[in-house]
Amino acid sequence: MKLGLVIDLDTCVGCHACATACKQWNTSGTIGPLSDQNPYGKNPIGSWLNRIRTYEVKEPSADQKLPSADPKLSKADQRTASDNQESSCGSQQFDLYALATKGESTLSFAGINSATGAPASKTVHMPMSCMQCEDADCVTVCPTGASYKRAEDGIVLIDQDKCMGCNLCSWACPYGARELDEEQGVMKKCTLCVDRIYDEKLPESERQPACVLSCPTSSRVFGDFDDPSSDVSRLTIERGGKGLMPELGYKPTNRYLPPRETAQVPAMAKTKQPALSKLKKWANRVIAR
Amino acid sequence: MKPAFSVLFFTVTSGIGYGLLMWLVAMQLISGQVGELQNFLMVGFIGLTLATLGLLSSTLHLANPKNAWRAFSRFRTSWLSREGVFSLLYYPVILIYAYVLYANGGELTLVLKVIGAVSLLIALATVICTGMIYASLKPIRQWHNPLVTPLYLLFSVTSGALAYTMLSLALEASLSPLATSAFVILLFISLLMKIIYFKSIGKPEGSTIGSATGFTQAQVRLLDAGHNADTFLTKEFVFDAGAMKLLRLRWLMIILLFIVPLLLVVATYMFDVAPAVYFAMVSLYFGLFIERWLFFAEARHVVRLYHGDQRA
Repeated sequence: MKLGLVIDLDTCVGCHACATACKQWNTSGTIGPLSDQNPYGKNPIGSWLNRIRTYEVKEPSADQKLPSADPKLSKADQRTASDNQESSCGSQQFDLYALATKGESTLSFAGINSATGAPASKTVHMPMSCMQCEDADCVTVCPTGASYKRAEDGIVLIDQDKCMGCNLCSWACPYGARELDEEQGVMKKCTLCVDRIYDEKLPESERQPACVLSCPTSSRVFGDFDDPSSDVSRLTIERGGKGLMPELGYKPTNRYLPPRETAQVPAMAKTKQPALSKLKKWANRVIAR
Repeated sequence: MKPAFSVLFFTVTSGIGYGLLMWLVAMQLISGQVGELQNFLMVGFIGLTLATLGLLSSTLHLANPKNAWRAFSRFRTSWLSREGVFSLLYYPVILIYAYVLYANGGELTLVLKVIGAVSLLIALATVICTGMIYASLKPIRQWHNPLVTPLYLLFSVTSGALAYTMLSLALEASLSPLATSAFVILLFISLLMKIIYFKSIGKPEGSTIGSATGFTQAQVRLLDAGHNADTFLTKEFVFDAGAMKLLRLRWLMIILLFIVPLLLVVATYMFDVAPAVYFAMVSLYFGLFIERWLFFAEARHVVRLYHGDQRA
């Protein structure tokens, strides 16, 4: 089994429900408590296993070079692109941004807005938790053996009784998935709610991570990536799910679905209004007052 | 990365300690002579104290030191664990060497030579492990660099050579020509390597905000990091010293770590101004501190891409 999450960047609204549900469940779960310092003060700080960031994503203007012009990087990107293709059994790779820049997409938001002439952009909310990497360096660097990856389902966990709080695993994680609990002096990370997903006392529909259950737009899907018929495998293939920072070679399990192509909303055009309707509008306004 | 004083002190001080002990044993093995036993024990004690102080200070940054004993358990995979094992293994070997040498009345037997050689190898391995802890971290490209480990080793051996030179001048009132000339040569090699290192980390390469978010074909900009106070991640990984300050410190480092010690050691050697070598050591120590501080301050973890950086 290769358990993980698929996160739909098209439908995520950035409400932080997943993060709060995660904190609520896990503070009393197997790795809890997740302590906070100064929670009601000016500079609250605490351990969170899931964080949501918001980005503006837009078509690069002609004079701006993309920061990913690095030959090494693009090679890594190509590699994962072909990896994805293999796993998708020959179905067409869908990369919205790739299509948009090649000019093959006519509907994409990532183009020049014909009405205003400005490059169109989109706001993308991106929740991030542990990617349950296949090649998890956080486990390799751990000197105490507190960090481990389960062979049976691929979940990366921390044995709270063995951790000495050296922070090295958090340095080895490129995704910022590990945070030190200052009160207990041990590292905390997403457990994929290991204490929920196998709990047979729960109804089967609730044997899912807290973040997945709480998501109001169903942007988070939990499942087994090793099972080709699972929702997560199907979505990854259909929507061209991507792993983050493939160039580092961690082989993250979690996949992010790019925003769908959407029809461009035309800018409001100024139309000439007949004198009578103008008069009516003015009259209505006066009466409303 | 935020430079933590305990880690700076640890890597610099234990580096000098191991370097000094390596020179002490190596010089005996090379020359086949032990010299004054009292002086040997004195220098050995200083070296071991420096190494131990460094190791103790490294445990200060642990958030849960009561589990530190477990750090010896993952020798097969973790460089930090290997460092711990080698540093601990060093004590019995060097103490047996010193004891047998003392009991022998200063006669270097074959068995002693073997023990001495083993102690040399373990000291080398310890310093290499320290370097590899940093060099093995892929998310920090300024550390995941082939020059990082050789530099750690070079600085340890170079500073050890100067410490050995200084102590032999203080205790025996004579400079060892071998250690002194080795120091000068090693200093030149480390300067050259450090300059190549600066060049290599200056190249624009590595992960970008595009690869970090998956939007490789678009322009991406952070709008909201999701929190309005510091988090563990920003405290640990986001450290900005300012480009000008970094540049000035690079020059200060080159002056204190390379130029001043070199001039002072040459002055000691050529014109017989003995106190100069002590100042050389002080200057080198501060230079190494700045070098280590820069090593952290200039390292940019890729998590910064999720906090506003465009490239690693």
